[in-house]
Amino acid sequence: MGFDFNVILSKQDELISGIAMTIFVWVVGTFAAALIGFIIATARRYGGVIVDKALTVPIEVIRGTPFLVQLFLLYFGGPYIGLSLDALPAGLIALSIYGAAYFAEIFRAGYQSVPPGHVEAAECLGFTRVQVIRNILLPEMALLVIPPSVNMAIILLKETALLSLITVPEMTMTASAIGSQEYAFVEAMVLIALVYWVLVELAGVLGRFAEKKLSRYRLAKA
Amino acid sequence: MSDNAISVQHLVKRFGETTVLDDISLEIPRGQVSCLIGPSGSGKSTLLRCMAFLEEATDGSIFIEGAPLGFVYDGAGKRQRQSATELRKVRSQIGMVFQQFNLWPHMTALGNVSAALRRVRKLSRAEAEEKAMVQLRKVGLENRAGHYPSQLSGGQQQRVAIARSLALEPKIMLFDEPTSALDPELTGEVLNVMRGLASEGMTMVVVTHEIGFAATVGNQISFLDQGKLLFTDAPSKVFAKPRHPRLEQFLDTYLDRGASTLV
Repeated sequence: MGFDFNVILSKQDELISGIAMTIFVWVVGTFAAALIGFIIATARRYGGVIVDKALTVPIEVIRGTPFLVQLFLLYFGGPYIGLSLDALPAGLIALSIYGAAYFAEIFRAGYQSVPPGHVEAAECLGFTRVQVIRNILLPEMALLVIPPSVNMAIILLKETALLSLITVPEMTMTASAIGSQEYAFVEAMVLIALVYWVLVELAGVLGRFAEKKLSRYRLAKA
Repeated sequence: MSDNAISVQHLVKRFGETTVLDDISLEIPRGQVSCLIGPSGSGKSTLLRCMAFLEEATDGSIFIEGAPLGFVYDGAGKRQRQSATELRKVRSQIGMVFQQFNLWPHMTALGNVSAALRRVRKLSRAEAEEKAMVQLRKVGLENRAGHYPSQLSGGQQQRVAIARSLALEPKIMLFDEPTSALDPELTGEVLNVMRGLASEGMTMVVVTHEIGFAATVGNQISFLDQGKLLFTDAPSKVFAKPRHPRLEQFLDTYLDRGASTLV
């Protein structure tokens, strides 16, 4: 059995659209997850004890069950409660919610890392809550939350492969289809493995770049 | 309006079962330096933090320049939280300086001092920085404007923190043990800045272990012990013999360590 990538590469248009779909669900899903996670962490910080306790439950459920199960429940189970979603929105929502549970914990740790006195100083000067979050808390926690956030983005990228199981035409689905049709399944998998790996490395590079930019004040010498 | 910048009336603060402040009433005269002294755990820092509404009193009230701070009483005499906007307005008359400086590490000295001018006063960056430089000059740090807190000594950081509080031109400055986190060699520069402020007629409330500073710069000294305000008086009377027995005991611990030869 000879390795032959030419068969696969002859289907490059389909492959490229699969790769584009993967990047799309990954980027949109990760940003949505980070945003929802940030909102949850903020609600837990400022919303009082009841909100804080109430929000721990869904977070624990999401973190305690496999992504594939959540995805199937939303896509195949949704119609039973009147929630019929197309594959792509279902995949995006599932990915966002799954990631949000982890991002909520990342931002919670971020909030806790800022000394309360830094917030008190801003409050005494008349900063509003939004100004405190924007100008003090987020910049101060940035260095701490970037590494786990990049890590989470990488995990979410790899989870996007599971969206192929609900027929989202992302690159794992495209590659499987081409591989089966052309009797070149292994070649197809090797190829997308490379693409996933390149994307992961890219996320790492971007993360390190952001860290470097933000840590200027830490590295400043007297 | 009375001559008092701050009026504390029957203030009570409890943390669970522990009473930290027990029915404190205190008047802070305008344009003078009032020092709060007392042993650790006496409640002096908590009292000061209540004056900035960083701690919410369990009962009693505080008036800043005649306006209620944090809580208002409705017609039926029931205590209610002030709106956030109202609270910010009352608080804007106060500047707070912390023991741990609490500078924002991601901003330069100039950034720290100009932040409130930009965010709260909504000045342009150029205007805010111009005003901030005036304050940095006042604390003798105009040549450190571009430095991050991590590049400054403790004394310099505290002076930047003072400049930051002064930027919004408060009427009252609160100092919470401003030199306690500093090496002894660095306390002088901070105390000098505070002396300068006092000589300009700033109303100041200072929680301090610097008995010498309290005796020489303070116009009135309040002595707290175990959550109770034992007395408030002019330094000449407070330190004149015979002294209050609890104060005598407190001062002895200072003299034992040779920390102060002033009193």
